Amino acid sequence: MTEKTPLYESHLAAGGRMVDFAGWIMPVNYGSQIEEHTAVRTDAGMFDVSHMTIIDIEGPDAEDFLRSTIANDVANLVVNQALYSALLNEQGGILDDLIVYRLANSFRCVVNASTRQKVLAWFAKHAYTNMTFTHKPQIMLAVQGPNAILRLSEVPGGPKLSELKPFYAVAFGDWLIGRTGYTGEDGVEVMLPVEQGIKLWQQLRDAGVAPAGLGARDTLRLEAGLNLYGQDMDETTSPLVSNIGWTVAWNPPERVFIGRSALEAQRGNVGEKLVGLVLEDKGILRHDQKVITNAGDGIITSGTYSPSLEYSIGLARVPANATGECQVDIRGKMKKARLVRPPFVRKGKDLVAKKPL
Amino acid sequence: MSQQSEKRYSSMSEIPNEMKFAATHEWARLEEDGTVTVGISDHAQQALGDVVFVEMPELGLTISEGEEAGVVESVKAASDIYAPIRGEVIEVNPKLDDAPETVNEDPYGEGWFFKLQPQDLSDLDELLDAEAYAEVCDSEEH
Repeated sequence: MTEKTPLYESHLAAGGRMVDFAGWIMPVNYGSQIEEHTAVRTDAGMFDVSHMTIIDIEGPDAEDFLRSTIANDVANLVVNQALYSALLNEQGGILDDLIVYRLANSFRCVVNASTRQKVLAWFAKHAYTNMTFTHKPQIMLAVQGPNAILRLSEVPGGPKLSELKPFYAVAFGDWLIGRTGYTGEDGVEVMLPVEQGIKLWQQLRDAGVAPAGLGARDTLRLEAGLNLYGQDMDETTSPLVSNIGWTVAWNPPERVFIGRSALEAQRGNVGEKLVGLVLEDKGILRHDQKVITNAGDGIITSGTYSPSLEYSIGLARVPANATGECQVDIRGKMKKARLVRPPFVRKGKDLVAKKPL
Repeated sequence: MSQQSEKRYSSMSEIPNEMKFAATHEWARLEEDGTVTVGISDHAQQALGDVVFVEMPELGLTISEGEEAGVVESVKAASDIYAPIRGEVIEVNPKLDDAPETVNEDPYGEGWFFKLQPQDLSDLDELLDAEAYAEVCDSEEH
């Protein structure tokens, strides 16, 4: 069963090439993935991310529920502030990654499309008594790029967001706008009612914001060193081996959350790490290729051509002590590569050269 | 004589009549000197998206029809290129090394992949003509 977002017709009208993604029919590009990628790095682009799941949690137990269920700590959030967190199983494996906003009277979680049923079931299983989950169909538009905020402000009656801080949100009529994204550029994610979302999409197109598909979303997030759930991390990997150890809130030590004891046993004692990889020979790094390092073999979790750097980059899970030069087995041929610390590109800047691992 | 009359269109992609096609989306064109030039179709380049790397067969390699003759990588994925007929690789397109995007820009012209010295020209008869290839493309889209 394939689902369509409310912007399906808008994608077709914009020339979107539609593909199946996690049960949703979504645009992979609108002609050229590279042009869409470049639009986001240099100007502004927009992504329909309405396939992601928005879950609102209300009630007196909502905060305690989240504090005991996710690895980051919502107690640290002020109203309208957001955080990124992993949702763990008892073994410390990652069930999903999500963004949580603290709103005036509720929390809003945005989880992946591919994990929707699993997360809803997990939340229901661990729910507290005095709280409710609601899932309201909305459009979610990610407007990203150095000119994203400007373009949005130029829409008739559009919001003025230059004062909004990263990882903060603001209510604007029926909209919730977070200064968040998955591209490594400035920008916002706007959650709004369906009719208004269809209109906003068209207004942003008219304002010159480039529709961008899942293809560009993937190259942008990979350049930004951001993990893709199900590819760079899953239920068999913990945040500590997925380069998101920083999202685990260890303090206060008395806060018990699912997966905490497993993570504590791993802490300071991990055998692997997720790192960046740049290919020095010609070719393209891809998921599942073997990496041969100075500390043993590893595996590429994500690989692509980087449109910004014009060579191939990837993320790889390698032995914890691996550094420097390595080799990648591409169709039986050994190619020269180098381990680096992600991100590769943010805010339009090449970060590879100055950050060896 | 108009250019239009010499081409077929499958949905949005162009399929020239002077070429033969493999169902795996390579084209083969017999040149005046008896060699056969090989590339990938307009339909194939559109499906791949932005081409960013092409791995060519070794010069002098003798390959059979349907055998792997290289790899074309777009931003999103790697795809094998198969030899449409038997022959020896006598030339590869040097332009694709530095400008792989030529495959997108001109798939039937500057974006050719390699040239074969065919073992048996009658192999070309086994390939699809433009009309039959258009049907292959259309059936993939439905």
